[in-house]
Amino acid sequence: MKRILILGGGVGGTIVANLLARKVGRRPDVEITVVDQTGQHVYQPGFMYITFGHERAAQLVRPERSLLDDRVKVVIGEVARVHEGQRTVELSDGRMLGYEYLVLATGSRIVPEEIPYFAEEAHHFYTAEAAERLRAALDAFDGGKIVIGIAGLPYKCPPAPLEVSFLIESELRQRGLREKSEVHFCSPIGRAFTIETVSDMATPILEEKGIELHTFFNVEAIDPERKVVQSLEGEELPYDLLILVPPHRGAQFLVDSGLAKPPGGWLPTDRATLQVGGRPNVYALGDATDLPLSKAGSTAHFEAPVVAERIAAAVQGREPKAKEATYTGRVMCFFEIGDGKGTLLRFDYDHPPKPPKPNRLWHLGKIVFNKTYWHTVPRGRV
Amino acid sequence: MTLTSDPTTTLPSITRTVDARGSYCPGPLMELIRAIREGAVGDVIAVWSTDKGSKIDIPKWVEKAGHRLLALEAREGYDEIVVEMAR
Repeated sequence: MKRILILGGGVGGTIVANLLARKVGRRPDVEITVVDQTGQHVYQPGFMYITFGHERAAQLVRPERSLLDDRVKVVIGEVARVHEGQRTVELSDGRMLGYEYLVLATGSRIVPEEIPYFAEEAHHFYTAEAAERLRAALDAFDGGKIVIGIAGLPYKCPPAPLEVSFLIESELRQRGLREKSEVHFCSPIGRAFTIETVSDMATPILEEKGIELHTFFNVEAIDPERKVVQSLEGEELPYDLLILVPPHRGAQFLVDSGLAKPPGGWLPTDRATLQVGGRPNVYALGDATDLPLSKAGSTAHFEAPVVAERIAAAVQGREPKAKEATYTGRVMCFFEIGDGKGTLLRFDYDHPPKPPKPNRLWHLGKIVFNKTYWHTVPRGRV
Repeated sequence: MTLTSDPTTTLPSITRTVDARGSYCPGPLMELIRAIREGAVGDVIAVWSTDKGSKIDIPKWVEKAGHRLLALEAREGYDEIVVEMAR
């Protein structure tokens, strides 16, 4: 029996499972299993739209089983450790699962608790509940200083804090609160965004909207008494409403199993083959990798066919098809600008994005994508 | 470009070397920031970077953050940027 074990039922794990089911799932000697902690597939890009776009939390969750090919098994459980020597995965309830091929699609997790007073003072939009709380805080906001910052790189969906700044500014204008408010955007690096072309696109929009850009502002601490956020660089900004991207980490069991290094817990992943640390039978995709790419569903989406082709070829005893089995760093994501406009970032390892002038089309593109996601992406149809 | 062209000048001994070669912007800067967060005043940290942006970004950050840039040397295929934690 050739057992393919996929840890994580997010975008990456689900697409890999469905593509493998089509490629090798009919073989009686192949078993494809997805292990997921909750058995629920969550469309995380929708969280921001809970705050800004009338999205509801319940619409963003579906049972993982309903998205998988019938030939894929689902195990609901929390992974405790990978025992590489025995080629087994141990679950926290003691169950042991064997594998010949292992796919690590375990995503990233937020650790706001690493910043004291984060929970009491700061808002974020990285869970449905947090996005709902931020919506309520914005509804109650009647003017003052809004500070949007980033408490650690890397984090999920790199454009998100800029998008949130643009959307908040737009909302304040529509509600007649703009004159009574300041919006501050804090970037941990020397410009508005990590990718230079995107920074060049976003910086004039920040200026036009009167959003103050603070560069080299690495969030270090929150002083709840004085209501200020402090940077590692020694600056502080007062706030009435504080929105911070929480620090992110990889799954803890990857560190515990010796597959990833602390403190980040990101898997050392080959940029073309997506193999982990030179292991021929272990692959990673999505947020879990240490690749210098956006942690975003789109990345996992474009990586999944590479992992599926490589494992299918190994199972079938053939060489992988070179083009299908090489990841080129392809990523595509929508970028909201506010006022019903958006743009699109498309790039790979060798070609930085050239975002088109923001327009209504790309905003509507994202809304359509949010609605059609369930029928297209997880099944590997696009 | 070098800040230590005078051969009589000797650098304080390096406390920690951060090998960020192969990592892209802002990777090397973030690796330095991590080392600074874990370090103590007086530590001397050397960052190795193959990213061309580092020799511009890192000195700018060092100035803003109130640390000291001790050296910026072109090595074989990479830049070495040496920073002293001043606060």
